[in-house]
Amino acid sequence: MSQMPPEESKSDLQTEPSRIVKPSESKPVGRREFIKNAALMTGTVVGVGGGLELLTRRASAAAPVAGSLIGSKRPLGPYDTTEAQTSYQNITTYNNFYEFGTDKAEPAQRAGTLKTRPWTVLLDGEVKKPQRIDIDTLQSWFPLEDRVYRMRCVEGWSMVIPWFGFPLAALVRRMNPTGKAKYIQFTALNDPKQMPGQLDGVLEWPYVEGLRLDEALHPLAFLAVGIQGRVLPNQNGAPLRLVVPWKYGFKGIKSIVRITLTEKMPATTWALSSPGEYGFYANVNPKVDHPRWSQATERRIGELSRRPTLPFNGYAREVASLYSGMDLRRNF
Amino acid sequence: MTGHTKSPSSAPKTVKSNKAPKLSWLGPGVVLGGLIPMAVLVWDAYSGALGANPVQRSIQQSGLLALVILLASLLCTPLRMVTGWTWPPRIRKALGLLAFLYAALHMVLYFAVDHGLELKVIVEDVLKRPFITVGFAAVVILGILALTSTKGAVRRLGFVRWQRLHRWVYAAAGLAALHFVWQTKKDLREPLLYAGILAVLLALRVFYGLRKKRARAAVGTATRSS
Repeated sequence: MSQMPPEESKSDLQTEPSRIVKPSESKPVGRREFIKNAALMTGTVVGVGGGLELLTRRASAAAPVAGSLIGSKRPLGPYDTTEAQTSYQNITTYNNFYEFGTDKAEPAQRAGTLKTRPWTVLLDGEVKKPQRIDIDTLQSWFPLEDRVYRMRCVEGWSMVIPWFGFPLAALVRRMNPTGKAKYIQFTALNDPKQMPGQLDGVLEWPYVEGLRLDEALHPLAFLAVGIQGRVLPNQNGAPLRLVVPWKYGFKGIKSIVRITLTEKMPATTWALSSPGEYGFYANVNPKVDHPRWSQATERRIGELSRRPTLPFNGYAREVASLYSGMDLRRNF
Repeated sequence: MTGHTKSPSSAPKTVKSNKAPKLSWLGPGVVLGGLIPMAVLVWDAYSGALGANPVQRSIQQSGLLALVILLASLLCTPLRMVTGWTWPPRIRKALGLLAFLYAALHMVLYFAVDHGLELKVIVEDVLKRPFITVGFAAVVILGILALTSTKGAVRRLGFVRWQRLHRWVYAAAGLAALHFVWQTKKDLREPLLYAGILAVLLALRVFYGLRKKRARAAVGTATRSS
């Protein structure tokens, strides 16, 4: 007991005397005293409750206004999934787009600063003739089509999204690759004035992604300019974004300003930032866990319970042959 | 929870004494205020305000609530040491119990709602995933402290042993902060801010503890030499 710090004992025992109810205190409390105590208590409730809300509650983004219609519905094609589609509200308010902040609601709240017109895309690298092309001209090169794809985020959630755009392969062919082209590198816009999240320095900017050329030429690889036949909302990567449905969502680089064919494997943003956690390939694989969490299951947005994650996000039949003979545990 | 606030009356103003003011509104105010986020969370879940992934959002918010309230409870004693105010330690226990409440909710949401109470997943997570392991350990510690938060427990354990046991709250807070850092994908600013606050609070306790010890040692040598 000699160790007992006097201050500690006081703090724990000081309230004892007040528990002895003196006769004078059992009298009805004065009205004024009562009102004063009620006011102080209300203040405490509001202060404590409000403070905690302020520190911990994150408002979800409001429903965005749908963009203008740029295409029309068509019957489902061979690459479309018939699974229930995620609501437009959820697709456009729950986004990972760190250029506008790391909270899922922030892109929808903050991406209004992005100016998507005029917009040019530089097509260069191992091509016969490099060129800088206006996005509207680029879009007019190809017939635009719907693609209903599953999207699996590396964080363990997934959506079904009706993209609208054109196959990446069509653009790669149009770029006229030289014999040296082995990879394709995508670079996103780097402009903190338009992308305020870039001031935070959470990742290296610009965001860079890449594919092997045979992956890029696969008919599933897609460049989206819209969702549900409507112009792509800024928070979803307007005006041009990559969609690779058998890979984790972070491969789907947004707001692309440059597409470069290269001889060497591009150094990609997440792989550079945490090489032990994110690889260049990033194929969806329930058997290879993220070092910190399991990839065996996922929550489909809009559903309460989890569902098993499928190899290559359910596109194994189409793409598994691209990786035959490769150790997917090492090339994660 | 707060036994000393049973009587709603306070001492008549005319009586001037050295006794701390009764502040009968303080304890209930803190408890009710601390329960507001729970009510808002339920309302948000009902009204759809938790967004596209309500399970994840509710898990994140309850976890953050637990950490923030736990840090607030750890702020009480340093606040008294620095300012001399006597009211902060009087809400310490209520804050500690609220922190446990939210930590338990956080864990139950994760295991029961997120993973559907699949025992295999739970065991695997706790054993194999360090960030779950430390989070789980923190909730277990807080649970033990909540169970021994009664006056009866102080009497049974004896004050010194009870106090030594309840110093584990710092371990729980450290594990909770580590859990927050480890589960974060990339943006470490928020978790590191809370870890930093915890470090400052712990440093204050250590500083005051050492100073007291030195003072006592000085008194000891003084009496011995005389």
